[in-house]
Amino acid sequence: MATDINLNQPQTEQAERTRAGRFYRPQVDILESKDELVLVADLPGVKSDAIDIHFEEGVLTVHGSVAPRYEEHRQLLLGEYGIGDFERTFSVSEQIDANRIHAQYTAGVLTVHLPKTEAAKPRKIPVQTAG
Amino acid sequence: MVLRRGNGFNPLYQLRGEMDRLVNDFFGPTATAVAQTVDAVTRSFPALNVWEQGEDLFAEAEVPGLKSEDIDISVVGNDLTIRGRRGQEQPEGTVYHRQERGVGEFNRVLRLPIEVDADKVEATLKDGVLLIRLPKAESAKPKKIKVTPASE
Repeated sequence: MATDINLNQPQTEQAERTRAGRFYRPQVDILESKDELVLVADLPGVKSDAIDIHFEEGVLTVHGSVAPRYEEHRQLLLGEYGIGDFERTFSVSEQIDANRIHAQYTAGVLTVHLPKTEAAKPRKIPVQTAG
Repeated sequence: MVLRRGNGFNPLYQLRGEMDRLVNDFFGPTATAVAQTVDAVTRSFPALNVWEQGEDLFAEAEVPGLKSEDIDISVVGNDLTIRGRRGQEQPEGTVYHRQERGVGEFNRVLRLPIEVDADKVEATLKDGVLLIRLPKAESAKPKKIKVTPASE
């Protein structure tokens, strides 16, 4: 069955943020089954109530706020990653039923289920914790 | 003091053969008016941050999706080894459009610059972040040396 799901980064310019600091793009897996699209994002260090998922006009935005785990200028003997908020946006074709989008979060991994059907009005998506 | 790295994840994470180096002031200047987006791709898995705090050494790693039984931590001499496996749970009847999250075995070895007490090493795992506390060995703690005046 042919579906026209198109997930890629939007080309539009992003509005400037009010907070200074680095934002990180979380790594994601995107899977498709016959019933839904599933987006799995690595959001280490994010508490479940600090996740914001927004779906509007075919654009899905995932944002995870990260509380700093040590002070900004701590001297690191080895520093392979920085700590900051995660954010990533995807444009999703109209074949997703926005009313039935649901998400779970456990152990630093967010799973967003996007069931396929027709487009619906934009709405905020609640996040349930699992485990 | 050189912190050496072991093998990373293959093939989804690239191993760039750079020399390890001490990183000071990692976060850099914060006076940027516009936020930058930085790719969270790491060179090897898991990415590690190591720092010294008082009488402990800390090593932190971002390991989303891992449970404590997936991770094996050991300290032998001055070497800290973090090993484990991240499994792939691809449900039946699904197809990948994109796969960025690495999968497979990982094994990182760090040579610590300070001797630690292997019996007292503790690790906690929360929200996909692993924090290892390595108390310094007695011999590595600074000792104050009293100066006694010599008799004339």
